[in-house]
Amino acid sequence: MTLLALDWFLLIEKLVLIAVIIFASLGIALYTTFAERKVAAILQDRPGPNRAGSFGLLQPLADGLKLITKEEIIPNSANKALFILGPGLAMTAALMTCAVVPWGNKVEMFGRSIALQIADINIGILYVFGVVSMGVYGVMIGGWASNNKFSLMAALRGASQAISYELAMGLSLIALLMLTGSLSLRKIVEQQMMDGHFWNIAYQPLGFLIFFICAMAECNRTPFDLPEAENELNFGYHQEYSSMKLGFYLFSEYINMFISSTIMATMFFGGYDVPFFNEAAHADLGNWLAVIGIVSLLFKVIIFIFVFMWIRWTIPRFRYDQLMNLGWKKMIPLALANMVITGAVILWLQK
Amino acid sequence: MGIVQILFWFLTALALVSALMVLLSKNPVFSVLWLIAVFFAISGHYILLNAQFLAIVNMIVYAGAIMVLFLFVIMLMNLNKETEPQKNIWMKIAGAVSGGCLLMVLISLVKQANEMTGKTALMKDGNIGLIGNLGKALFSDFVVPFEISSVLFLSAMVGAVVIGKK
Amino acid sequence: MQALTTRAQQVERKPLSFLESIYLWNIFKGMAITFKHMFKKQPTVHYPEVKREFSPVFRGLHVLNRDAEGRENCTACGLCAVACPAEAITMEAAERLEGEENLYREEKYAAKYEINMLRCIFCGLCEEACPKDAIYLSETFAPSDYSRKGFIYGKENLLIPNPVTHPTEYAAAKGNRI
Repeated sequence: MTLLALDWFLLIEKLVLIAVIIFASLGIALYTTFAERKVAAILQDRPGPNRAGSFGLLQPLADGLKLITKEEIIPNSANKALFILGPGLAMTAALMTCAVVPWGNKVEMFGRSIALQIADINIGILYVFGVVSMGVYGVMIGGWASNNKFSLMAALRGASQAISYELAMGLSLIALLMLTGSLSLRKIVEQQMMDGHFWNIAYQPLGFLIFFICAMAECNRTPFDLPEAENELNFGYHQEYSSMKLGFYLFSEYINMFISSTIMATMFFGGYDVPFFNEAAHADLGNWLAVIGIVSLLFKVIIFIFVFMWIRWTIPRFRYDQLMNLGWKKMIPLALANMVITGAVILWLQK
Repeated sequence: MGIVQILFWFLTALALVSALMVLLSKNPVFSVLWLIAVFFAISGHYILLNAQFLAIVNMIVYAGAIMVLFLFVIMLMNLNKETEPQKNIWMKIAGAVSGGCLLMVLISLVKQANEMTGKTALMKDGNIGLIGNLGKALFSDFVVPFEISSVLFLSAMVGAVVIGKK
Repeated sequence: MQALTTRAQQVERKPLSFLESIYLWNIFKGMAITFKHMFKKQPTVHYPEVKREFSPVFRGLHVLNRDAEGRENCTACGLCAVACPAEAITMEAAERLEGEENLYREEKYAAKYEINMLRCIFCGLCEEACPKDAIYLSETFAPSDYSRKGFIYGKENLLIPNPVTHPTEYAAAKGNRI
């Protein structure tokens, strides 16, 4: 029976890890919605939600309950199967990205060394790209299946925006990958943790900037939230959606934001590396070392999420021609220049 | 039957069924979606061969970019029964003949591929498909065809820009 | 054309330079402004816990007053109804009977006194017209209601609690007006 000759412990370990990570990212996304409202309020000199629970901490639960208990409406002329598939795809694509992120160092537990990463695959960051490019389908299918012109226009906008910025994003990462020589996120983090090696942001500031802008565009965050432009498109690609299906769409945006913050922290800011702290010299800390690493990573992620929100509540949405000009005429040439310069410098240093 | 075989047969069935559905779907949007499913199944096959790079590039480029553009066009074209163009009977015959020719070529290829029989794929432990090895092969043994194909893409891009400028 | 003021500025419409066209500098400036707002004092009044002080001239719901012994001041003279520009006040007078001296101050009193709060414009002219200090406008406002009937306030809604039998309620209803 070769079928049963699996490493059952590995299977259980991975299943537990997947469950923990998915529920953790759902929980974090839940509270990101709350943080969004609080940050918006503070930036606008308001107190923000403060009624549900102390400091309004139960607000996201109340919102979720509201969304779940609302009436589910499927328009008569909508394509039912695709209408239901859309939000599911959006949510799945958002959650699948977290599979390759290394959340921390190895943990010793039950006599096993458990890597806090669901899959350390050879292609690492490319996997993230693949899944992100799948996320477009959630928007497109949902927008088309609604059988509503506004939704369709919004979906097309969203898709073209995502494709345009994916290019610049990939190009900005190529320069970074030239430096690291590996696609595996764990290897990239370990390189940054080495002595005498700074975080990648020190070598690739322009690359980071481009990546950050493109990540914002991929997450449909303001100033790039054209698919949700209320004043032009009523509500955007999820106009016909109600109840939890709408909730999934809105929620996947926050999960995307969380995951892209994690990717940025991992690629450019040392992942679970604690600054000015030599992990290798403190091996006696054991599992606590991993805990410190996770906290450090989450701290960086929270800062990124805050910056996302800070930008959102500062600047208005781009016009569509501005968006396309920025993507094709500014970001891609900059990313190409960054790539060429990085390659030249690497060759020069090797010689 | 090991888990690899089960996955192989599952993916094969998925690919074939989805490919049939591409042809049988009345709605072109569904055809595109089934085609995406085919790409997924093929990516799955690549992963079974431990060609992770090919798998993910297949997904990013074909499923992620090209199919989105296809979907784009089809969604905007508003294809339905009323706007379906009347097909000439000769067109249908010509289509059947050319399709049949292609099928014949493929069948004869498979029948002639004697050297492939008896060789099993390097499931799980081959490493030729990993990105490092693939890159080395592309930029040393196959550098000329690789660069020529990139020039081809460049010319296609320039052509698109020229047409777009008109 | 001659400019009307010296403040007019010519708007430049040069095409953006490359650095301007990636918007970064202007975005940073905007972000600095919003960041400053994080440390500003919030002007919010946390309503149910903290209530904003009414202005001293605020005119809210009407109160029918009693004197210190708990007798109603109103004599149903009708001056308030006459003074009312919105014609919101109606009343019916009645004669005070023997034994009711502790209820009504004068020989005549308002058996029915109604104010339609949907018509009332809270101008305070009734308060000014009243010769007996029987009606004045308090510091509360009309709560919402589901029906029009609910906005017609009768004597039971308007009358201030008796200062002799219910001194605490009286003090609360009186406010700091008189």
